[in-house]
Amino acid sequence: MIEEIGRTTEGDLIINVGPQHPATHGVLHLVITLNGETIKKVEPHLGYIHRSIEKMCESLSYRQFIYVTSRMDYLSSHINNHGCALCVEKGLQIEVPQRAQHIRVIMDELTRIASHELWWGAMAMDLGAFTPFFHAFRERETITDIMEKTCGARLTMNYMVPGGVMAELHPDFQKDVKQFIQLYKSKFEEYNELVTGNVIFQNRMKSVGILSKEDAISYGCTGPVGRASGVTCDIRKLYPYDIYNKVDFDEITETEGDSFARYVVRLKEMQQSIRIIEQLLDNIPEGDYQAKTKAVLKLPKGEFYQRVETARGELGVYIVSEGGTTPYRIKFRSPGFSNLSALEHMVKGLKIGDLVAAMGSLDLVIPDIDR
Amino acid sequence: MLNEDLKLKLTGILPLISFEEGGEWLNVIVPSEELKSFVLRLRSGPDLMMDYLFCLTCVDWKTHFTIVYHFSSTRYRHNIVVKAKIDRTNPEIETVSDIWRTAEMLEREVYDLFGVKFLHHPDLRRLIMPDDWEGWPLRKDFEDPVNMIRL
Amino acid sequence: MGVIEKMDKADFPGKIHETAGGGIVLSKLDDVINWARSNSLWPLTFATSCCGIEMMSVASAKYDFSRFGFEVARATPRQADVIIIAGTIVNKMAPVLRRLYDQMADPKYVIAMGACAISGGPFFYNTYSVVKGADHVIPVDVYIPGCPPRPEALLHALITLQGKIKAGLTREQIKESSYLNP
Repeated sequence: MIEEIGRTTEGDLIINVGPQHPATHGVLHLVITLNGETIKKVEPHLGYIHRSIEKMCESLSYRQFIYVTSRMDYLSSHINNHGCALCVEKGLQIEVPQRAQHIRVIMDELTRIASHELWWGAMAMDLGAFTPFFHAFRERETITDIMEKTCGARLTMNYMVPGGVMAELHPDFQKDVKQFIQLYKSKFEEYNELVTGNVIFQNRMKSVGILSKEDAISYGCTGPVGRASGVTCDIRKLYPYDIYNKVDFDEITETEGDSFARYVVRLKEMQQSIRIIEQLLDNIPEGDYQAKTKAVLKLPKGEFYQRVETARGELGVYIVSEGGTTPYRIKFRSPGFSNLSALEHMVKGLKIGDLVAAMGSLDLVIPDIDR
Repeated sequence: MLNEDLKLKLTGILPLISFEEGGEWLNVIVPSEELKSFVLRLRSGPDLMMDYLFCLTCVDWKTHFTIVYHFSSTRYRHNIVVKAKIDRTNPEIETVSDIWRTAEMLEREVYDLFGVKFLHHPDLRRLIMPDDWEGWPLRKDFEDPVNMIRL
Repeated sequence: MGVIEKMDKADFPGKIHETAGGGIVLSKLDDVINWARSNSLWPLTFATSCCGIEMMSVASAKYDFSRFGFEVARATPRQADVIIIAGTIVNKMAPVLRRLYDQMADPKYVIAMGACAISGGPFFYNTYSVVKGADHVIPVDVYIPGCPPRPEALLHALITLQGKIKAGLTREQIKESSYLNP
């Protein structure tokens, strides 16, 4: 586990960052080769939170495995569950009622805002500013209170089932979300004042960790990381699911590909999410919240792939089924895995402080990478 | 491009391939020796331009393995699934990490969990299991009486 | 004049004797040390997975744990008193956890937060890489159930730990007293 930590023959220093480190956002172990303070090689070591989810899902039924996936990328847990439920529905050809589709999309967008809030607070904390952390959690607590009234849990809400959602919305839902949107719009200027316009922050983020468009495609980077390099890869626009094709929103892309571009893309995405919620909130149709399905689900023999856009990028759920009640093989294509593989290319030749800024702008959640 | 046009074009590149029916995308089955030249044509062919590899995985069918590649094109927005069957007792296949850089870590993961050797890979070693772990966990015949508690 | 017994757990331990010109407090040194230690525990930032987010929520403004003295979260185990194991422990991480615990200076306390740290949690059956409970690796004082536990549950656990320290019942203190009375 500990390799040649120390000095190499050329006089370079090899050090460990992690697995227990406040800036790695989880248990990521990086072995860095340094020449003075300049980085020559970064090697990620994974597996410190590998919970063998793919093997475990081979013995769980199609209704049960969805709940394990909300622990994979726990900051966008609704979106993970949504992707798995959509894949099972694709196999069984179930038609989801319109009301359930609206509710699913609203919950997804609220989750996306909560995830970006936490990213913003944690990233500012990595760079040394502690105040934005508390501001971000204030907004996040409002969202988790709304979720808790409807779904029953704050973080791993197991709310999506194949066929719709698990329970009816709380009667106060629309009022609470409208209050949240008012609060959020008034606070958004604070974020720009506190962090975005700050000269120290801009100097630490601009031209740090540049990823060109060809490299982003070759490394398979999706989500805000890919969009900041100019790749149009928003799954909600390219392969829309549920009612994303009926909602009006912009896909935010930037061209510079540095950490500041990734930051700006995520901030603007939060505003687009608010736009989507506003369009849907007053127009939730009446109807069932869950389609009628059998108690025990059996997918027909074949392979099914479903893509969804989580807060980090494209999540792919690939189910190989042999006709039984449990899947034969499940593979989760995780967005963080590919984003992490671009890290070494981004930070070669920079200093350690730039490594922290680049990692923060990638928004990695390590259980998503290790599964 | 539609599935039928893709079928014609791909059969023109390599006549040995076969197609699998069902599924929303075109499923192409390629013999494992021809894989590297086939995917090189997928990447560089002017009408295909599959520059985005978004999933690389392996399925254990108890008599053989199947390595599954999912490709997409950022220009033309078509998707293809390529499958290659390999032998279970001595699983080896050519690497594609010199064409798509994302395959470096994806192939390491398949090696770690299934034991498939990727020839000419720059750095093939275990990724997520501890370095001294023995056995290939995701194979169907993997037994671990110490750690696994069966339900 | 009179003797005032100690009022409740939050006050300074000991008996107050009212005399002219002030008063005298009589107490046991062990009680005073335990009182001081329990009100200024510094946690180690050790969060492996989802429970870490609930721990961060406890650190933030709504469920503040700096009211209890936990505010100074250190990143290095040499300066920390309590390690809150928030998240699943897997086979590859277990030696790291053991090394962190060994690097902490005495007296040290351990809280196991969440179902994964208590017994492996949802990953108990059919997994080859999860350690079924953090107490296979290090000795634990307080267990918090939940997946993830609410922030109020973590606060309740912190208060329980403080009560355990004041009563002299944590593993450290039992171990020490067994050295003195074998």
